[in-house]
Amino acid sequence: MTDSKYFTTTKKGEIFELKAELNSDKKEKKKEAVKKVIASMTVGKDVSALFPDVVNCMQTDNLELKKLVYLYLMNYAKSQPDMAIMAVNTFVKDCEDPNPLIRALAVRTMGCIRVDKITEYLCEPLRKCLKDEDPYVRKTAAVCVAKLHDINAQLVEDQGFLDTLKDLISDSNPMVVANAVAALSEIAESHPNSNLLDLNPQTINKLLTALNECTEWGQIFILDCLANYTPRDDRESQSICERVTPRLSHANSAVVLSAVKVLMKFMEMLPKDLDYYGTLLKKLAPPLVTLLSAEPELQYVALRNINLIVQRRPEILKHEMKVFFVKYNDPIYVKLEKLDIMIRLASQANIAQVLAELKEYATEVDVDFVRKAVRAIGRCAIKVEQSAERCVSTLLDLIQTKVNYVVQEAIVVIKDIFRKYPNKYESVIATLCENLDSLDEPEARAAMIWIVGEYAERIDNADELLESFLEGFHDESTQVQLQLLTAIVKLFLKKPTETQELVQQVLSLATQDSDNPDLRDRGYIYWRLLSTDPVAAKEVVLAEKPLISEETDLIEPTLLEELICHIGTLASVYHKPPSAFVEGSRGVQHKRLTGSAGSGESVESPDNGSAAGVTEPPPAVIPSQGDLLGDLLNLDLTPPTTTGPPPPTSSGMQMGAMDLLGGGLDSLIGDESEPLGGDLGGNSAMGTGFGAPPAVMPASFNAPASGGLDDLFDLGGGVGMPMGAFNPPKTVWLPAMKAKGLEILGTFVRRGGVIQMEMNLTNKAMSVMTDFAIQFNRNSFGLAPAGPLQILTPLSPNQSIEAALPLSTVGPVMKMEPLNNLQVAVKNNIDVFYFSCQYPISMLFVEDGKMERQVFLATWKDIPNENEAQFQIKDCHLNSDAASNKLQSSNIFTIAKRTVEGQDMLYQSMKLTNGIWVLAELRVQTGNPNYTISLKCRAPEVSQCVFQNYETVLKN
Amino acid sequence: MIGGLFIYNHKGEVLISRVYRDDIGRNAVDAFRVNVIHARQQVRSPVTNIARTSFFHVKRSNIWLAAVTKQNVNATMVFEFLYKMCDVMAAYFGKISEENVKNNFVLIYELLDEILDFGYPQNSETGALKTFITQQGIKSQHHVSPTHAHTRTHTHTHTHTHTHTHTHTHTHTLCVITDVLHRPKRSRLRSPLRSPGRSAGDEKESSIAATSCSWTCWRASTCSCPRKQRWSHNKLDQIHKHEQQLAANLHPQISPPHLQCQVLSAHVSGRVAMKSYLSGMPECKFGMNDKIVIDKQGKTGSSEDAAKSGKQSIAIDDCTFHQCVRLSKFDAERSISFIPPDGDYELMRYRTTKDIILPFRVIPLVREVGRTKLEVKVVIKSNFKSSLLAQKIEVRIPTPLNTSGVQVICMKGKAKYKASENAIVWKVKRMAGMKESQISAEIELLPTNDKKKWARPPISMNFEVPFAPSGLKVRYLKVFEPKLNYSDHDVIKWVRYIGRSGIYETRC
Repeated sequence: MTDSKYFTTTKKGEIFELKAELNSDKKEKKKEAVKKVIASMTVGKDVSALFPDVVNCMQTDNLELKKLVYLYLMNYAKSQPDMAIMAVNTFVKDCEDPNPLIRALAVRTMGCIRVDKITEYLCEPLRKCLKDEDPYVRKTAAVCVAKLHDINAQLVEDQGFLDTLKDLISDSNPMVVANAVAALSEIAESHPNSNLLDLNPQTINKLLTALNECTEWGQIFILDCLANYTPRDDRESQSICERVTPRLSHANSAVVLSAVKVLMKFMEMLPKDLDYYGTLLKKLAPPLVTLLSAEPELQYVALRNINLIVQRRPEILKHEMKVFFVKYNDPIYVKLEKLDIMIRLASQANIAQVLAELKEYATEVDVDFVRKAVRAIGRCAIKVEQSAERCVSTLLDLIQTKVNYVVQEAIVVIKDIFRKYPNKYESVIATLCENLDSLDEPEARAAMIWIVGEYAERIDNADELLESFLEGFHDESTQVQLQLLTAIVKLFLKKPTETQELVQQVLSLATQDSDNPDLRDRGYIYWRLLSTDPVAAKEVVLAEKPLISEETDLIEPTLLEELICHIGTLASVYHKPPSAFVEGSRGVQHKRLTGSAGSGESVESPDNGSAAGVTEPPPAVIPSQGDLLGDLLNLDLTPPTTTGPPPPTSSGMQMGAMDLLGGGLDSLIGDESEPLGGDLGGNSAMGTGFGAPPAVMPASFNAPASGGLDDLFDLGGGVGMPMGAFNPPKTVWLPAMKAKGLEILGTFVRRGGVIQMEMNLTNKAMSVMTDFAIQFNRNSFGLAPAGPLQILTPLSPNQSIEAALPLSTVGPVMKMEPLNNLQVAVKNNIDVFYFSCQYPISMLFVEDGKMERQVFLATWKDIPNENEAQFQIKDCHLNSDAASNKLQSSNIFTIAKRTVEGQDMLYQSMKLTNGIWVLAELRVQTGNPNYTISLKCRAPEVSQCVFQNYETVLKN
Repeated sequence: MIGGLFIYNHKGEVLISRVYRDDIGRNAVDAFRVNVIHARQQVRSPVTNIARTSFFHVKRSNIWLAAVTKQNVNATMVFEFLYKMCDVMAAYFGKISEENVKNNFVLIYELLDEILDFGYPQNSETGALKTFITQQGIKSQHHVSPTHAHTRTHTHTHTHTHTHTHTHTHTHTLCVITDVLHRPKRSRLRSPLRSPGRSAGDEKESSIAATSCSWTCWRASTCSCPRKQRWSHNKLDQIHKHEQQLAANLHPQISPPHLQCQVLSAHVSGRVAMKSYLSGMPECKFGMNDKIVIDKQGKTGSSEDAAKSGKQSIAIDDCTFHQCVRLSKFDAERSISFIPPDGDYELMRYRTTKDIILPFRVIPLVREVGRTKLEVKVVIKSNFKSSLLAQKIEVRIPTPLNTSGVQVICMKGKAKYKASENAIVWKVKRMAGMKESQISAEIELLPTNDKKKWARPPISMNFEVPFAPSGLKVRYLKVFEPKLNYSDHDVIKWVRYIGRSGIYETRC
């Protein structure tokens, strides 16, 4: 007889039978019945109806039966909270049992029964168990505090369990210490600034002592906790490192990696000329290599981490290239990771070996792997200059194999090699051209076209080659289309006589027959350049390109620093900050390396090797959303190390002026803006530049054309032209009463395409306020601060300060009620305050929200009628033109106007930052102050908000 | 931390599901089945993120174990835990198969309750667990007699380690395992929790509870060996067995035209596996011919000693230890001291890369005769003392996919063309040192239009040799037990060295 038979009972009336068996007098029969119930539960059958019968079996001194019943309870208590109370008595009784195993079992299970009502009964037994004489009970109780905190955080605080838990850090038993640390770390994560885990040299010392004596898992908890500590000076840092290094010899890889994390982090504090620093570096290599003889899954995790470590400290593994050579039977995920590390470690010393290996890999079976190997050869060429020639010849050999995907991949990397070493390897072009027909992937086609365009003067039949691509222009992907446009223009500038027709053809294809704004914009630029000043065109298009950087895919330094603090965890596997994949506040805490000298280094521009003909300014590394969020949560107000959006320079004065102008001059601007926009063929970017602003800021009249061009070339770095849009006046968001004397007035404005939150902070308390920081809850449109709150001076009593916070719309999204609601937390040295405010939805209307007429008609028809919403705007005394102008300043664009029987119908469109289009029909009857508006949108829930916005804009 | 743990069969049906945290719903079970087990394309990573939920999985035969979480957990720990879970289950009921999992589901639930608390791994040493887990493992029914069952499990561990080496040292490995004297294992530990009388049982129970929390959680302080009665007259109540397993990874590359052999990479990843039955809380010290230790002693001791032992010492690149070893002591003095658990365990693993003896050389010659024929000749040379015998030698010569027929001639052993595996498999039962043997084959090929060249996979080899290719030697194992009054001399000790290949490859 085995337990598997329980899986097969599928008779009818089963529940009834089980009920009878559960109530049987015989212990054995009861036990059998509970086992059957649990088997049914596992395969997903609902056996919750048996709850009272199973609970009845709980009163037993048979431990086996007791455990079975507890198992059932944990599963179903949540769905039957009232019944679960029945079990409480037994639990409380068991917590007093003389047998420590039963006491621990009871407190463990009780914590797993996640019913609110039970929690109050749990407190007393838990308090006793936390002080139990038996360490087994204490360590179980420690974890139970974390469980209880998860159900009812307030209760845990009120009952003082946190203090008891803190006391357990000084427990004599190492396992209890480890579990207490684990529980505290978890609780601390949900209270980022509670200072729960008050790490000081004394506690650290206790932890280090416990580290030597607890189980492997406990060592991991302790090491992970240690990694959060910031040593006071290099001496302390060194002494901790000395006590952690023995862990590198542990059989458990997780202990090893967590120790590596602590060492990597604390090493930042050590002066580099210290002998110990060198010793430590040497000690790190062997354990990392040993991880590669673990099971493949662990190898994978280790390799992802080594990838980070190698980027941060290449010196550690520079002599260990061989261990990263791919083995024939490695699982594919291990192979791909090894390749990455091989490239990172490639240097002049080992390049010959690496190349020989890579060539070997390029003949393997797995397509992804082969592609990556080919790409790796190219990357070696770029990284190690001396090897470039060998790499190129290896690539040529591979092209000769004629294996389709190998050829395409090789062409893509050869393009990059040309960008690194111009005018050196052009002799291979002929070979490349032979393979034109076999290229079917956009990236390879684009690369090939770039090569032909770039070296058009050396390829006799360049025009024929490019013409052949032009035939199927509309079927190509954007990447190829853009590349083809640029290549043909280059060709024209090099050989103007023969290719005039070709260039005309491509320009008309790009500007007239394409819906793609990028392509059209680029087409127009070339067109104008060529027609106005061919010499300038030559200078721009054929300008010398900057060489591409040697490392194409380094992780952005701040992110790398953060990931180093997360060695061994999922974040290090995904190479993403925890906030990118963890929900809620947990794990969003931003970690930083401390005392790192490298953070001030200039950021290398990540050139993605894109071969655009137009010279691109080096893109600044914009810290990803997670970083910023994390920054704020850490409430660390040091200026960010990377270049974010420039800090806003607005002041209250300027605001006031804008409001005045915005109201009065609207009608003047309107007449002018219309024709300008139209002239440019609906060019959206131009529209932004010229639309409303000129009248508001007369200065910008001077150079409208250059301003526009700048915008197009993206050289201006944000030509900040304020809009004449309606901006609501500041209202009180946070009254001083509620925020211990801090009063916040605020409003939202959209200026030059940037959304800003403008605030007046007033200190009405008696003491100085410092350390301001701000954070948003997730909201409907992903609004999030694009930089830290810039209040660098302390705010003394009765002082006010203006602050403007640029916002981005790439934050986490969650639908709010109402839709435009925003929950904000502001922190200062005193406390954290929460408030919510509503932003006008027009903040989210983007500047290129003008739809083309045809598209508008089609879309209007396309959206089902049930998505249409109709509203009345009462008491509005503007005529249709004035209304149109006023709306345009809020990025609501009038596309067409029709007059039927004295009624003006305005057809308008607007586009939200998240890409949702809203279409509107506004009916204005002369003499009637009531407008009718119909809104159509694929997301009908925004209609209400949009209507409200219309109302506010038109009435102000 | 870990939010839940699921076990599936190969069809994706759930055998075990245990959820520890509220953020993991029942739909997580299905998400993994749909996106990983039933995925159209083979999953390319052991960590999968589906809708902000991360799944870690390992496979044992055709059983899937998946750990689920929504937090930024320590990924290394999760995998280590999954392996540990497999080890614990294997210790209870042998092979992890659908049948065994179903047979033992109550036990597995009990284990999961004990070794994971709220997703935090707790003490998971089998020896300690057996003292507070009420359920017994049920092994497959076809093991009838207990002694039989024992041998079965034993062979099983062998195959297990074997596959192990296969999966994780995908190189060219050679690894060693010693065979051990089979002693009837003592029967399963009595379960103290079922003791009817409370007063008597409780003391024992509290000590069990205390042990699981002390730093020697892998060992019960009350541990006494049943053999004590049998051997008590001469105090030989300790049996010590010492097993050593070594693995060498080597990669001789041979470029065919000039027959120049170049070793691409060779390293040994070895293990010291122990089996000990000792009474009380014995303190053990293990010594080997580690170069660092010998050199240190050489400085203090006589120069003669140093010269003598210096020759035999080996340079160990890195080693890792079982949690019973005092790591800080190793770090400071490089001495290995520990209080051993009872039964089988792996004391240490080590890695060496210098002065490795390659027991075999493989010399391949491949000649293409026209487009439809290949001539292959492979010579193997054994390179160790002629008094020693290598066993279970197997050479695997890959053949192209379009092979139509093969004719083989070999001097020794048996050779066969296995069409399903695309390889010629040549097996030799035994081979003494300093010998040479060869195989030649003619491979007929079907003409193909396939442009793609045959990838020429490497020739791989398996064998077992009765010595450690790393040169590692055990110098001593000392046992001290302060309370029970038995001395080092009373302990019986065995040592054996075996070198076994995992994969030992030669490119051709």
